[in-house]
Amino acid sequence: MQHLPIFPILLPMLAAAFMLLPPLSQSIIRQRFFAVTVMMTIVAVSTWLLLTAHQQGTQLYVLGGWQPPFGIVLVADRLSTLMVLLTSILGLGAQLYACAGDDKEGMYFHPLFMFQILGVNGAFLTGDIFNLFVFFEVLLIASYALLIHGGGKQKTKANVHYVILNLVGSSIFLFALGILYGTLGSLNIEDMAAKVSSLNKPQQALVKAGGLLLLVVFGLKAALLPLHFWLPKTYAAASAPVAALFAIMTKIGVYSILRVHTTIFGQDAGALANMAIPWLWPLALLTIAMGAIGVLASPSLRLSVANLVVVSVGTLLLAVAMQRESATSAALYYMIHSTFITGALFLIADMIAKQRGKAEDRYVIARPLQNPKVLGIAFFIAVLTIVGMPPFSGFVSKIFILQAAEGMREMVWVWPMLLLISLVFLVALSRAGTTIFWRAAGDNTQGKPLAPLKVIAIALLLGASPVLVIFGGPITQYTQLAAAQLHSKAPLNSTQSPIKEVKEIPKGQSHNAN
Amino acid sequence: MEVMYAFCVGLLAACGFFLVLRGRTFIVVMGLTLLSYAVNLFLFASGRLTLNGAAVLGQSAQYSDPLPQALVLTAIVIGFAMTAFLVILAMRSRADQGNDHVDGQIPARPVSPSPIDKRNG
Repeated sequence: MQHLPIFPILLPMLAAAFMLLPPLSQSIIRQRFFAVTVMMTIVAVSTWLLLTAHQQGTQLYVLGGWQPPFGIVLVADRLSTLMVLLTSILGLGAQLYACAGDDKEGMYFHPLFMFQILGVNGAFLTGDIFNLFVFFEVLLIASYALLIHGGGKQKTKANVHYVILNLVGSSIFLFALGILYGTLGSLNIEDMAAKVSSLNKPQQALVKAGGLLLLVVFGLKAALLPLHFWLPKTYAAASAPVAALFAIMTKIGVYSILRVHTTIFGQDAGALANMAIPWLWPLALLTIAMGAIGVLASPSLRLSVANLVVVSVGTLLLAVAMQRESATSAALYYMIHSTFITGALFLIADMIAKQRGKAEDRYVIARPLQNPKVLGIAFFIAVLTIVGMPPFSGFVSKIFILQAAEGMREMVWVWPMLLLISLVFLVALSRAGTTIFWRAAGDNTQGKPLAPLKVIAIALLLGASPVLVIFGGPITQYTQLAAAQLHSKAPLNSTQSPIKEVKEIPKGQSHNAN
Repeated sequence: MEVMYAFCVGLLAACGFFLVLRGRTFIVVMGLTLLSYAVNLFLFASGRLTLNGAAVLGQSAQYSDPLPQALVLTAIVIGFAMTAFLVILAMRSRADQGNDHVDGQIPARPVSPSPIDKRNG
């Protein structure tokens, strides 16, 4: 089906628009049914797209029939379809959790959620760097509104910081795009990759400046070390389903770094080859260290989890910095694992916080939990996974990254760092678990059953951990192929476009989308 | 023309960054606005500056690049929406926190406030 690549973008956009119209806008129940149905459809479509891209090769979708490099293309290759599928499953989990009651705290939760999915999917699928900026803005403006969902002093304060930082980031993004367009004369990622090796000296300096500015912007989104200070408080302040969905937001930054600095400024970029790598190595290592300190120092579970996100970003960028196929493959596996598990941990932290009265999720002695068994098991599995204990996916993914680093000069840094943070996690999270589950005082108010939707949501996200291990073979095969595709210089010229050009797609984003 | 243009963009960007680093939300909004002006001019110049050049084929001997113009248009629309959102958010923050500092509280000053500080604070 030639229109398949546009569906992960089109479906949430139409769904969000429909939910703002009368039959659905009146009733939250109808919105929930509609939103969950659409989300399941998106999961199905993303799976289909992934299988198509896997079996039939990269799908190019030429928006408006304008041939690349002049028009905008959507590129559905193995990497981008994997990310889209990841987003939709995570989105489904977060949405099911929200349907148990969190979506009533503020207005327009479901439409905003869909706009967010639209932006994230678009950012993953687009093959045009200015279009990437547009989709960044789409997902950002949805995330601004989602972050403040439910209201409150803490959220407003976190949101002011988040919005201002991201607006500055957007300005820098545009400066970088201006420089790159002015020198390379193209905004299509494949086309830029082809042109970057044939630059003269002064142009090289300009392009280098542009490329490193892009690294700053993506580093801000991904929460790379000097730019990560906004993340813990923002994520801890957000309401649970939003925080769970935000687990994918940092990965967008990592994905963009992977795209731009592997495809455009990769091995074949001539004098500019691998220019970001000397920066990524130390920054990624320091990000991990800072995140680990943050996990140890956090006074509440949500802050701990937010710092875990920082560590996972550092680990991913470490694998990106290795610039090897095996490392990229390990990074993709780790990306699936860490996205689902941090998402699940945000949900678990919220359920714990709701049952402990005023103490919420802080590490203090408080009243015992109402459902210690279910929450305890969920917490235990999540922690074992994130620490990297067998038999869960954290163990496998960590081994992949360690293996990928083998034989490199930087191995002396990578191995101790990754093994030490496991110990740090173990200490910090066992302290958290002991305090929350065992050090309780006061009456045990047994009774209230858990909301089934919330349990399903957490089970869905946590289920990824055993699934990643059981189907480890096919999944690693897939990530290896995706990594090979990313590292190989396979031109996606219009002449080789596997699908026929598509006539007039009015819904597609275009440059003059005013 | 290029030198003056570059100077203007640089000045706008420098002022924008300086204002963004200030502590009050209104001034930060001003800074972001200046920054987006600088960005828009910069993007426009990425297609090279040409006088009397038409963007449509067959209109003049010299052509100007139409793509940066489209990019600027998109950037203006997005920047406009984002600024509007930030203004509303700043007002909400002013109402929630009771002051307009980006951190939600005015940092304590070590010295006794002078009349100028009183007026600004």
